[in-house]
Amino acid sequence: MTAPAMSLPQPRRRRLTPDARTAVLYLLPAFLVMGVITFYPLLFQTWMSFTDFGLKNLNPRNPAPNLVGLDNYIQIIQSKLNIPNFEFLRLLFFNLWWAFSNVVIHVILGVGIALLLNTNGLRFRRFYRALFILPVIIPPLIVATVWRYLFDDSNGAINTVLQGIGVLFKIPPETFKIDWLGQVNDPIPFIPLPLAYFALLTANSWLGWPLNAVVATGALQSVPPDLYEAAEMDGANAWQRFKVVTLPFLRPAMVPYAIYGFVITFNLFFLSFFMSGGGPFGRTELFVTQAYKLVNDFQLYGVAAAFSVILFFLLLGITLITNRLARATASYAE
Amino acid sequence: MAQTDVIPVPPLTTTEPRPMTRLRRHAPRGKLTTRSQIALQALCLLIAFTVLFPIVWIFSLALDPRDLARPDGLIPPGASLDAFARVIAQPTSDEISLIELARNSFVLATFVAGFSVFVGVLAAYAFSRLKFRGRELLMIVILGVLMLPAVATIAPLFIMLNGLSNVQLPLIGEIEIRRSLIGVGLAIVSGALPFAIWNLKGYLDTIPKELEEAAAVDGCTQNQTFFKIVLPLATPALAVTAFLGFVAGWTDFYFVSIFLNSPDEGFTLSLALNKMVGSFGQTKWSDFAAFAILFAAPVSLVFFFFQKYIVGGLAVGGVKG
Repeated sequence: MTAPAMSLPQPRRRRLTPDARTAVLYLLPAFLVMGVITFYPLLFQTWMSFTDFGLKNLNPRNPAPNLVGLDNYIQIIQSKLNIPNFEFLRLLFFNLWWAFSNVVIHVILGVGIALLLNTNGLRFRRFYRALFILPVIIPPLIVATVWRYLFDDSNGAINTVLQGIGVLFKIPPETFKIDWLGQVNDPIPFIPLPLAYFALLTANSWLGWPLNAVVATGALQSVPPDLYEAAEMDGANAWQRFKVVTLPFLRPAMVPYAIYGFVITFNLFFLSFFMSGGGPFGRTELFVTQAYKLVNDFQLYGVAAAFSVILFFLLLGITLITNRLARATASYAE
Repeated sequence: MAQTDVIPVPPLTTTEPRPMTRLRRHAPRGKLTTRSQIALQALCLLIAFTVLFPIVWIFSLALDPRDLARPDGLIPPGASLDAFARVIAQPTSDEISLIELARNSFVLATFVAGFSVFVGVLAAYAFSRLKFRGRELLMIVILGVLMLPAVATIAPLFIMLNGLSNVQLPLIGEIEIRRSLIGVGLAIVSGALPFAIWNLKGYLDTIPKELEEAAAVDGCTQNQTFFKIVLPLATPALAVTAFLGFVAGWTDFYFVSIFLNSPDEGFTLSLALNKMVGSFGQTKWSDFAAFAILFAAPVSLVFFFFQKYIVGGLAVGGVKG
């Protein structure tokens, strides 16, 4: 609507470049969808976290929930929620330790087995590589229920096998009625971790190392063989060759993958939910399983919203810290 | 990208005698002494045993007609498929057959796969090829959403979709969105879509730009280039992303379990599995094993045969679990 005769300088309109116009067109569907099912819910959740949204508020005819300020957050952090076995700090430390201990085991097993399968001259390598991918291809939901059965106290496979071995050594089978997932007493004195944690750790190690081995194998195959020969010529022993030649090639692939694995394991729902159910006494509960139970079992929607907001900032913090660590180790490598 | 099947062939024998043999304290490359070959094979077999143990045990359990708590032997005496027949007819105390459960899971999975890939590839193309203001910021936003676990938005999605009762939809009629597979599907897409965008963008970045530039020189519009050049080239990545979206829908548990209340609203395989585990006292072990096998088989088989395409994508992005 600009009159061409006007002598006033045109207000500088930001004209979209052709690229930007196409970009809007291509991004619109995704951002419309995400706006409705991701961004709006996140905002709505933030509002919910300041209210006492509960079961009664599901009916739109009931009055709106009351604003309660930071009450939900304070209750969560002070562990004063009206639900059994909830202790915020214990949950936080257990969840961090759970993710850390798993990733360490995954990376060590993954790199070790990748090195083993990368040995020149090892026979049936293709066969082993095909076989070792099996844990990855089974949906984790099903893996979790299967391990729940394997660790069953009365009929599970683990106890059955232990009984079978025990007979050989004349140990009565009753010894192996181990309540893997429910035993209240800690198996190792001075280490405040229940037996269920070790059962979960076993199951997750089975589940987690193969993908690490795949990533490590990819990195190992990028190492030029000449480098090993050169190192050998210089008289480097096996450990020195690993440290000087292999490790610098492994690090750029494994560090980001370990960080990614840390976040995935931190949020790993199925094992805790299906195997131990968070027990005994909520001691193997994770943030995600707790969040699920706040919604599904306790219908404390306002509290659940605050809980998710806390989880959001926790994950943000973890991402920032791990990114910094990754950069620190990268510059160390160079 | 990690590929599992590409194994560099080591030189098996070195014909020319190597100088400086004194320095080489071990066998030349590509050869192992018999002793270390045996030791490494033993180690590999031990690992193979731990990998196979749960899988073989479950198969054996499913075939056992006596409903023992434990199998005794790889193929138990009188092995039968009775357990499979039982769970296909009716896996839990709910009046719903495995066929119906699988159909619901399939509908859900197809919806998630199709929707997230179709919408995702458009956004991925914009992020990969077009220059515009705010591109980096928007990508960080997508990545941020990707880091969030699915559970993180479960409360607001439940409340929001619960508000959408009595919605009129063409062909389907009046439904309550939250108590339907549509609501569940939308909720799962909230996790699958950012993953699809991220994964596809990564792949599109690897397609050389020259092809598109050539097409542009020949007079193709941007849209024609996208549909005629980029999409066909991206088919493998589209298939992998669709498959991973399919798995997310096929095995979703949180949303179906929170949103759906009764079997006729569209109960899926994961809900039946949860119910079987929840009542381990009454569930026959062989039924549980048979159900787990039937549930896992469709996606596991696809995964196994196309692993070299899929595992790479998994290692880069992964799906929310």
